[in-house]
Amino acid sequence: MVSRTTDDYEAMVYAGCAAVCEPAFWAGFDRSGVEGFRDYFCQLTDYEPKRAAKFGLPHFCWLCINPKESEDTVLAEEVIAIIPEFLDRPTVLGIGEIGLNKNTRNELRILERHIDLAARNGQLVLVHTPHLEDKFKGTRLILDALKADGRIAPGRVIIDHCEEHTIGMVLDAGYWAGITLYPESKTTPARAVDMYEVYGLQNIWLNSACDWGRSDPLSIPKTALEMRRRGHSEATIDQLVYQNPVRFMSQSPRFTLGA
Amino acid sequence: MNRQQVLDLYFMDARSKLIDIAAFLDRVERAEGEADFRLDALRKALELVGSGEGDKARRVLLSLSDPTTDPIAKAFGKGACGAWPGPPKE
Ligand SMILES: [Zn+2]
Repeated sequence: MVSRTTDDYEAMVYAGCAAVCEPAFWAGFDRSGVEGFRDYFCQLTDYEPKRAAKFGLPHFCWLCINPKESEDTVLAEEVIAIIPEFLDRPTVLGIGEIGLNKNTRNELRILERHIDLAARNGQLVLVHTPHLEDKFKGTRLILDALKADGRIAPGRVIIDHCEEHTIGMVLDAGYWAGITLYPESKTTPARAVDMYEVYGLQNIWLNSACDWGRSDPLSIPKTALEMRRRGHSEATIDQLVYQNPVRFMSQSPRFTLGA
Repeated sequence: MNRQQVLDLYFMDARSKLIDIAAFLDRVERAEGEADFRLDALRKALELVGSGEGDKARRVLLSLSDPTTDPIAKAFGKGACGAWPGPPKE
């Protein structure tokens, strides 16, 4: 995780995490050109797997230009053009996190280009939905764009950062719903467990925000603890926090947890 | 969990968050100057919290959301503020 220290990888291993998968995301500043992305993709596909491997933690990644930077469509097209150079690297799971940020026309156009890239290359897709007041509208626009393209089976797409007002439409359309955990401001472990209790286990995947803001790489083990406090069985917890993401990612031939 | 168990596990946490909201509103009201759309949005959402109907989290989130359907021409900044300010002024 390029935004985190090595201590976080170590803590994840101590807490029982079996793998980490990291989406391409915003650096906290806009990169100045396509070569900055080439370096970033090398970091995600080469350096980070080695850094995590020092603690026995398999590291996988997703590649794209994040929607926060897709307003500059010229740069975004240049970045999309170099992504195929990296798709055969052994730890690349697919295209992500693509999506929308402020629901602009340019963001939508670049989302469509990423969907096309994934469809042409048979890749899994991880989609970022906008935050806060923009999430509901953005999630609808994203579902419309995926449906309009129509080439990618919904079961090969995870729509991430779902909350109570968007998870129903995502699951109804046949997609995987990601629930992203934050220590503050967005979904907490308690709300994530609520959503599982309302919507069931099928096609829900929990993940941790691990970015530049306040976020917690241990939020998955903490959510498992929350489930235990509510009396959920170990088998249910295992399915939600481990078997479900393994089932989704195993659709990629590059996903393996080794021996 | 039955209702008693839910209360045992979560009441103190909910009580604390409720008092945080009350203190926040007191703080806003003590301060000088004009409020903006966010305060109105929060008050409307609190009405949903206080209503007897279910599905409160979803309805609160919807009440704070942009209800429009067309992509916008241009974004002003990358961030979101947590409530919808209404359609852009011409
Ligand atoms: Zn995201």
